[in-house]
Amino acid sequence: MNKILVCIKRVVDYNVRIRVKPDNTGVVTDGVKMSINPFDEIAIEEALRIREAGNAAEVIVATIGSSDCQQQLRTGLAMGADRATLIETADEVDPLLAARTFLALIEKEQPELVILGKQAIDDDCNQTGQMLAALWGRPQATFASKLELDGDKARVTREVDAGLETIEVDLPAVVTTDLRLNEPRYVKLPDIMKAKKKPLETIAIGELAQDIAPQVNAVNWSAPAGRTKGVQVNSVDELVAALKEKGLVG
Amino acid sequence: MSKILVIAELDGHALNPSTAKCVACATALDATEINVLILSDQCGEAAAAAAQITGVAKVLTVEAAHNSQPLAAVLAPQIAAAAADYDYVFGPSTTFGKDVMPRAAALLGVGQVSDIMAVSGPRSFQRPVYAGNAILAVEVPEGRKIVATVRTASWKEAAGGNSAPIEAIEPVADIPSHTRYVGLESHASERPDLQAAKKVISGGRGVGSAENFELVFKLADKIGAGVGASRAAVDAGYVPNDMQVGQTGKIIAPDLYMAFGISGAIQHLTGIKDAGTIVAINKDPEAPIFEIADIGLVGDLFEVIPELEAKL
Ligand SMILES: Cc1cc2nc3c(=O)[nH]c(=O)nc-3n(C[C@H](O)[C@H](O)[C@H](O)COP(=O)(O)OP(=O)(O)OC[C@H]3O[C@@H](n4cnc5c(N)ncnc54)[C@H](O)[C@@H]3O)c2cc1C
Ligand SMILES: Nc1ncnc2c1ncn2[C@@H]1O[C@H](COP(=O)(O)O)[C@@H](O)[C@H]1O
Repeated sequence: MNKILVCIKRVVDYNVRIRVKPDNTGVVTDGVKMSINPFDEIAIEEALRIREAGNAAEVIVATIGSSDCQQQLRTGLAMGADRATLIETADEVDPLLAARTFLALIEKEQPELVILGKQAIDDDCNQTGQMLAALWGRPQATFASKLELDGDKARVTREVDAGLETIEVDLPAVVTTDLRLNEPRYVKLPDIMKAKKKPLETIAIGELAQDIAPQVNAVNWSAPAGRTKGVQVNSVDELVAALKEKGLVG
Repeated sequence: MSKILVIAELDGHALNPSTAKCVACATALDATEINVLILSDQCGEAAAAAAQITGVAKVLTVEAAHNSQPLAAVLAPQIAAAAADYDYVFGPSTTFGKDVMPRAAALLGVGQVSDIMAVSGPRSFQRPVYAGNAILAVEVPEGRKIVATVRTASWKEAAGGNSAPIEAIEPVADIPSHTRYVGLESHASERPDLQAAKKVISGGRGVGSAENFELVFKLADKIGAGVGASRAAVDAGYVPNDMQVGQTGKIIAPDLYMAFGISGAIQHLTGIKDAGTIVAINKDPEAPIFEIADIGLVGDLFEVIPELEAKL
């Protein structure tokens, strides 16, 4: 195929301990490490493997967000993507807006395969790929743990509650990644240098999407009711006694 | 004056318990009518089960050969068509609902509220974000349909005892042929289903191998528990993916959760926040799981499990 488009989101790194701001308007992001959403890193890796196997000519990484997102696009380029597109906006982008915006990019780029993460680990929405596929009128293969290309079709194994489901989709199609699809490569220093020379274009979001009013308003952020540390027992006998006392075992 | 359509989830031809949980969430809204929609090649069994759920006004069925498998691309246009005069469309936050609901929402031209854990007003909901490390209160602006998924671990199944009428409908929708079902590799077992089990025993990387996992299974069978695992245990191939508990696996709320050889990464803890009692057995006294465990025992799981099995 000609092109694969990979959508990557800049999110708070998964190792960061999340803290809600005291004024309940969001979580603390000042001075916090930001990374490519882990599922999206897997999406890039999968696209690169397809290209390296000779099944695609070009891998494009794209993101919607502030100019800070250039960092994550550069990381994607360092991993091996050919070029990058930043769709710039200062505002929050919800999944429907992201899908509408990526649809406009798809119309411009005409990729045969679009790979997204199954969910962004900040909003945990798990919506964008499905919405994009709906608006595009194309197949979706969500939660992929295996992707095999076969001419103008793809066979995708999906992680579902009941086990592993396999579906076949006609290309072009949207695939969203699950964690076991692959293990992303590490970026090496020379690759970071090379990535600086790769093309990174910036488009204002207004050029691609019109209706940018939020679908769902965020009203208030709060810390979850935490669980507290309980008791420490010193033997299996004590454990059995504690379980019996709570009526949890007969 | 509001109508809610609940999209039923099926296991084969049987009704999945997530449907009664969605009805419970729907009941928390002040709706005039809650209807359940069943899409299948044979709706009878599931429709009869849905008709019994308290709060349901009507069960609607769309019986067609193309609905034999839950393909989102096939179901979503029918859901969108059937949802035309509803104010709310709810589905479960299981892999089924996560796959199909956003596709239906986009066809309806609206966003989606994912993972409702609480209802705070006709258009106001609470949902977890950042792997449950923050709770976000959201509000959907007036004048549009509300499409949402219901976080099943937050809701108890609505009771039975109802006998709602069942009605066949034929929503007008284009059925695409670009997506085809190939098969399902399932590890159905005799053990209680992870998402419904009252007791769950989980193993992590500390269990060490697929063979060693037999110890966990034996203990589970002794007390009639379901069996779960951490991502590390699944990645290492000890057990299949459908056993993973956590942010990207199953979110569960058993009365008793026992974790053996699991360190307690936040992504794992997300999956067990709503458990009644959490018991942790780990040989490392510093393991983070002890910070949230109700009962902790520092010890070697290979010694603890056999002794526990003998004493329970
Ligand atoms: C985006 C994302 C999503 C994720 N989603 C999930 C998810 O859904 N679910 C999930 O579980 N993880 C998830 N993870 C992974 C998570 O971060 C951890 O890596 C994982 O949970 C670790 O599994 P573990 O506790 O089994 O392994 P480890 O962290 O390696 O812990 C093993 C524990 O076993 C103990 N141990 C070893 N031997 C013994 C013994 N003989 N007796 C007693 N104790 C012993 C050790 O002390 C240690 O504490 C996700 C990660 C990311 C980035
Ligand atoms: N603003 C964004 N920029 C780039 N990709 C995005 C953006 N929002 C969502 N995505 C993609 O959509 C996936 C699912 O996101 P979500 O629906 O928000 O959970 C992510 O893993 C990304 O691949």
